[in-house]
Amino acid sequence: MELLLAISVGVLYGTGLYLMLRRRFAQLIVGLGLLSNGTNLLIFTSGGLTRAHAPVAEEGARSLIQPFADPVPQSLVLTAIVIGFGVLAFSLVLAHRVHKISNTDDIDEIGNS
Amino acid sequence: MSLLVLPIILPLLTAVILLLTLRLPLFQRWVAFLSSVGLLSVAVAIFVEVEKKGIIVFQAGGWPAPFGITLVADLFTSMLLVATGIVGVAVTATGFAGVDPKRESAGYHGLLHVLLMGVSGAFITGDLFNLYVWFEVMLVASFVLISLHRTRAQIEAAFQYVTLNLLASALFLTALGLLYGATGTLNMADLASVLATRQSTALELVLAMLFFTAFGVKAALFPLFFWLPASYHAPPPPIGAIFAGLLTKVGVYSLIRVFTLLFPHAPDGLYQLLLAQAVCTMIIGLVGGFAQKNFRNVLAFNLVGHLGYSTVGLALMSPSVMGGSILYVLHHIFVISNLYLVSGIFLKLYRTTNISVLGSLYKNHPYVSLIAMIPVFSLAGVPPLSGFIGKLGLLRATFGEHAYWTSAIIMITGILTLLLMARLWAESFWKSAPQESKETIGFQMLLPIVFLSVVTIGVSVFAEPLSQLTRRAADQLLNPETYINAVLKEGIHQ
Repeated sequence: MELLLAISVGVLYGTGLYLMLRRRFAQLIVGLGLLSNGTNLLIFTSGGLTRAHAPVAEEGARSLIQPFADPVPQSLVLTAIVIGFGVLAFSLVLAHRVHKISNTDDIDEIGNS
Repeated sequence: MSLLVLPIILPLLTAVILLLTLRLPLFQRWVAFLSSVGLLSVAVAIFVEVEKKGIIVFQAGGWPAPFGITLVADLFTSMLLVATGIVGVAVTATGFAGVDPKRESAGYHGLLHVLLMGVSGAFITGDLFNLYVWFEVMLVASFVLISLHRTRAQIEAAFQYVTLNLLASALFLTALGLLYGATGTLNMADLASVLATRQSTALELVLAMLFFTAFGVKAALFPLFFWLPASYHAPPPPIGAIFAGLLTKVGVYSLIRVFTLLFPHAPDGLYQLLLAQAVCTMIIGLVGGFAQKNFRNVLAFNLVGHLGYSTVGLALMSPSVMGGSILYVLHHIFVISNLYLVSGIFLKLYRTTNISVLGSLYKNHPYVSLIAMIPVFSLAGVPPLSGFIGKLGLLRATFGEHAYWTSAIIMITGILTLLLMARLWAESFWKSAPQESKETIGFQMLLPIVFLSVVTIGVSVFAEPLSQLTRRAADQLLNPETYINAVLKEGIHQ
């Protein structure tokens, strides 16, 4: 399972970076989204993949039932998703603004022309 | 409640108030200004406390150290907080000289305070993931501030800034994920104690390189600095001042904090790489400055060049050089912010900062020039101003460490800076402008510049106690045991 996730993280990073190197806004923004999702998946995987009990102690119990899933990476991913969503929304608005001002979809052409 | 939450809470509350009162510009200016004064006084109070009692720690929500979020202030942090407060006061004071009404109604003042909150949060947090969150707070505020523009060149600048910084954030987050997977903690003190007990592994090198790249982009170090000159000439001068003075310094701060705590015993090559990077940053930045024809572009390249000085101390890992670097960072924050504000005067007079159009300032406004002389000559390193003292400190320290090549480069770049600033002075103050300007300079515009110039003179006059202070801050950074103990012990006792 780890291998599968590691490969998907790699594919997401690769495609994300490739798209970010393109000249069109739309591709750049999609690339950004893929990259941030790759990162989220990486954090999730790094917490260890256990298909097991929730990290909540039973009533009266002094410790958790082994094995349990580490909740910290999941909360980190949650935070990262929220931040990534906000940033993506911002870049979409920025791209829309650029498009309205310069009537082009090509990053190289905004400055000149 | 601890004093340490105030540098975050105060700007947050201010930002909320300011974003709710968009229709009252005058009220907004006063609130923004008074709140920055409050931030400065809180920062000074924290500094005095740290100076008296040593490192102070606050565990948010009462959760002991590795579990909750920790706020920590040591000498380095508290000095940078004071600098943040000073720049904040100067920049919000420029609001009285008038802000573009469109910009003001879009929440300019509130966003400045969100930015200040992000900067103070990044300086004060003791948790790496929290550092990432503060970086994002700071970045999103700066994104909006930089893209509140209409012209094409400015929008293009904003786009480059946004893309590269987001890429750096993704790398930072990747490093955090891997780090958590390897150690199971993200509290910096806890990480330091866990990593210290381990053999150096390949993963550690990978992590170090990821942090190196991510913070290198934020700090605009060679070869990752190209976004900075491409974007810093576009925003209006007060925003340029706060960006140039504080944002890159947050990158430098994170680099120093993370490397001294997490990788003090990393393989030698890493620190040689850092040194090479610092040296290249100095040379490329200052040589690049000569090709520029715009006042603010010259400043941007100058800024890049001088960021090299601030990481030399980290690269050599010696307390004396680190002390010199910290002193240089402090001096540079005030001087570069001040120069961006000076560029605002030119913008007001000539509507552009293109050097070929500037001039005659010395003839028409001798007193203004006299004040502007302080930051210009200080950056150039003319004695007895603070730039000279900072460079002298670094030179003596690098000689003491037998890093002769580095000393030579520091001297050469010192001369380059002098030439660059002399050219800037001659072109924009001395020569006669092709077309005289009829605009006048209001005193509201001058006050922040006078304030920052007085601070620069203060740094020059109190150089001796300040350099002892930065030396102690460097000792604290290079002996992380005190930091680790302060954070973890405090956590267990509560």
